[in-house]
Amino acid sequence: MKKLIPRFTGIFLGLLLAGNVLPGGLQQERAVPGGEPPLFLRTARAAPFWEAWTRPPATPLAFEEMYSGASALGLQLSPKLKSLEGRRVSMTGFMAPPLKPTLAFFVLTQVPMSVCPFCSTDAAWPSDIVLVKLSEPVNSLPFDQPIKVAGTLELGTQIDAETGFVSLVRIRADTVAKAE
Amino acid sequence: MKCGFFPALKSHGAKTVAIFIVLTVVTSNLCFALSGPVNSPITVLPIDRAKFLAGQKFDFLVEVKNAAATNIAVTVNGTDAERYFGKKAVAKLDGSIASYRINDVAFMATGALEIAVKAATNDGPAFRSVRYAVVSDAAPKRAKNVILFIGDGMGLQARQMARILAKGITEGKYNDLLEMEKMSNTALITTSGYDSLVTDSANSASAYATGHKSVVNAMGIYADSTADPLDDPKVENIIEIAKRTRGMATGIVSTANITDATPAAMVAHTRRRSELNFIAASMLDASHRPDVILGGGSQQFLPLSTPGSKRKDDRNLIEEFKALGYSFSGTKTELKNTPAGAAKLLGLYHLDNMNVYLDRAMLKDPKVLKGFSDQPTLMDMTSKAIAALSQNPNGFFLMVEGASIDKQLHVLDWQRATYDTIEMDKAIGIAKEFAKKNGDTMIIVVADHAHGASITGTYHELDGKTGREAVRIYAESIFPTFADRDGDGFPDDPNPSVSLAVQFANHPDYNETYKFKQEPTVPAIMADGKAVANPKLQGEFQPGNIPSSDPSEVHAADDIILTAQGPGAEYFNGVMDNTEVFFAMVRALGLDGRRGLK
Ligand SMILES: [Zn+2]
Repeated sequence: MKKLIPRFTGIFLGLLLAGNVLPGGLQQERAVPGGEPPLFLRTARAAPFWEAWTRPPATPLAFEEMYSGASALGLQLSPKLKSLEGRRVSMTGFMAPPLKPTLAFFVLTQVPMSVCPFCSTDAAWPSDIVLVKLSEPVNSLPFDQPIKVAGTLELGTQIDAETGFVSLVRIRADTVAKAE
Repeated sequence: MKCGFFPALKSHGAKTVAIFIVLTVVTSNLCFALSGPVNSPITVLPIDRAKFLAGQKFDFLVEVKNAAATNIAVTVNGTDAERYFGKKAVAKLDGSIASYRINDVAFMATGALEIAVKAATNDGPAFRSVRYAVVSDAAPKRAKNVILFIGDGMGLQARQMARILAKGITEGKYNDLLEMEKMSNTALITTSGYDSLVTDSANSASAYATGHKSVVNAMGIYADSTADPLDDPKVENIIEIAKRTRGMATGIVSTANITDATPAAMVAHTRRRSELNFIAASMLDASHRPDVILGGGSQQFLPLSTPGSKRKDDRNLIEEFKALGYSFSGTKTELKNTPAGAAKLLGLYHLDNMNVYLDRAMLKDPKVLKGFSDQPTLMDMTSKAIAALSQNPNGFFLMVEGASIDKQLHVLDWQRATYDTIEMDKAIGIAKEFAKKNGDTMIIVVADHAHGASITGTYHELDGKTGREAVRIYAESIFPTFADRDGDGFPDDPNPSVSLAVQFANHPDYNETYKFKQEPTVPAIMADGKAVANPKLQGEFQPGNIPSSDPSEVHAADDIILTAQGPGAEYFNGVMDNTEVFFAMVRALGLDGRRGLK
C-alpha cells in the first residue's frame, strides 16, 4: 500500500505532474484507458497531515468479517466489527462509481460493481457495502482496481441528508490508496 | 416500405396485373399501418387500440401539449365522456400541458368504442380519435384455477438449452421433452411495450397482468407526462379482478426479490419499478394483497433500524403481514414446517435475490451463499403455494417466476441460467401433477422477453484446441456429454468434457472463457461511466457491441414462445400480442369484470 501523500507534497507532485513527470508505478497502474488525471494524487483525508504520525495502527478488516450471520430477518454484525467501532481500521475493496463527483463519500464494495446503482434506478447495492467518508470530494479514482481505505469505523444506520443514501457501516477515512 | 413500390411491377406484363391488384389491396392496409409513429399534440390514455375486459377499472387521461386552454372535449361513441362514465373529469393546465382525467371508470358494454378528443392548442384546434375494444368472453369449458409460469428472459434458446442439459439428445433425437414443452397449445408472443421495441420485465409482466401495454420500467399504469412515479393512470390487474369479482385466492412466487419487476407487476401500480419500498408496502393493500407471497427480498420488508434493511422508514412489513394472519417462513426448513392448513403465506428466504439453483442446491459455496444456506427450491415454493391457495373454493390465480434465468443471461452465465430453467420446469411438473387431479387448472408457461443468446454449437478441448478454435460448428459439433446419474433432473456437472457453445448477440466488453465459472462472475464492470471487461476473467477479449453505458448483456426484441394446457388453453394459437395472455386467463376463468363493482 502506498500512503497518500500529505497535502503539501500533493501540491508539489501536482507541479511535477504538469510537467508529465510521474512517480513510478502510478501511471502504468492506471485502471481505465480514458485520459483522466492520475489517480491517487488528490487529497482524500479527513485529518490534517500531521495526524499521520500520531495515528494508531489500523486493524485490517475483511468484508467477510463484517457479519457473523445473515438471515431473512437481517444481518448480524460480527463481534469483531462491533469491537472495532470507533477504532481505526483498514479495508480493501472497490470504489463504486459515485453518484456525482462532488460528494464527499463513496461506496466501497467487495467486488467491482457491474451495475451502477447511483446511475441506474434499477440497479441495487449488495448488502455488505461500506460507506467511506472523506474530508472533500474525490474523483478520478479507479473503479476496477482494489483500493485500501483506512480510518475510523462507524456503525449504525445513517441517512445521508443530501442524497438519502442509507448506510450501516462507515469509515471516516484518513487514507485512501491503491491496494498492493 | 414505400407505398409507391408496387406500381413498378406493372411493366412485367398482363399476368402480374392480377397479382398486382391483390397486392394493392394488401398494401393499402400496409401503407396505413406503416405511416409512422403518431405525431399528435393529444395523448389519450389508455392508448389507441387498447382492449379491455368489460368492468375492468382504469383511469382515463387526456393530455394536450402546447395547450391554449384547459377545456378539452371528449366523447365516447358520440356521448360526452363525463356523461358516459357518470363522473366529473378533472381538468388542469400544468405549464403548457392541459389534462383531462376521470379516475376509476370502466366500460360495461362489450364492443367497439371510439374516443374523440378536441382541444385548443397554440397552433390551432387539434383533434384525435382512438378506438377501444371491450370484451367479456368465457371459455366453453372453464378453468377454476390459473397458474402462470414466467421464465424471465427465457427465450426459445433458453428453453432449448434446458432441454439439451436436462434431457439429452441421442443421434439427433431428443431423449425427452421438458414439462413445459409437453403441453397442448403453443403460441408465438410479441413483447414490445407501447413506447419502444425492446421491453423490460416490468412492462411485459404488466401486459400479462392487465391486458394493457405499458412502458419500460412501468407496471399497471399508462405513463403520464409528470415526473411523479405514483400518479400515473392505473389499469386494474388480474389479482385485483380475481379478488374483486370472485373472491379467488391469489399468489406470487419468485426466486428474485419479491418486489422485483415480474412479481411486482402482478400487484402494484407504478411508473418506476425501482420504487421498491412502495411496492413492498403496496402488497398489503386489501385490493390486491396476495394470499401467498414467496421469494427473496426481505430487505424491503424490514425496518430501517434492522441491519440489512433497505427501507427508508421503520415499518416492519413482516410483522404487519403476520398481524393479518400470514404464516411467515424465512428458511426452507420453516417453509416445510408451515402447517398444512395455512392459507396465507409470507416466505422471504434471502435479504436480496435468492441464489441460483446451482449455487444454492449444488455447489453450496459458503463464500457465495453468505449465510443463506437454507433456501427452498422453486419446486418447494410452488407446491406449498398450490397447497395453500387450493383451499379457496373459488379457485386461485398463481404466478410463479423463474427469475434468475434472466439475471444469469444478463451476465452471460448460460449454465446458471439453464439450471434455473430446469428448476422452473420441475416446478411446472408439480403444477401439472396438481392439474391432473381435477382437470380444472389452466397452466401457462411463457417468457417475458428474450435474450441475445444463441446455441452456436458445442465446445470441447479434447483435441487440445482452445478458445474460439474449440467452438465446434457443423459436423464438428458432437453432442454434449451432460449426464444426470443421480436422477435429480439436473446434470451432475455443469462443465462436462463436451459442453455447449452459447454465444451472445448483444454484449458489453468482456473476456470470453467458454467455460463454466465456478463462482458467479460478472462479465464487465463500470469504470468511469463505461463498462469495461472484468479483469478477473481471463479469456478472449470480445469488444462490446452495445452502448458502453451498459455492463450487461441486454434483452432482445425477439418474439418468445408460450405453451399452455388445460381449460382455456385453446385460446393460444399462432402469433399473439403479449396482452392476450391476460385475456386468455380471464376468459379461461370466465371472470366478469362487472361483478363486485361499487
Ligand atoms: Zn432482464
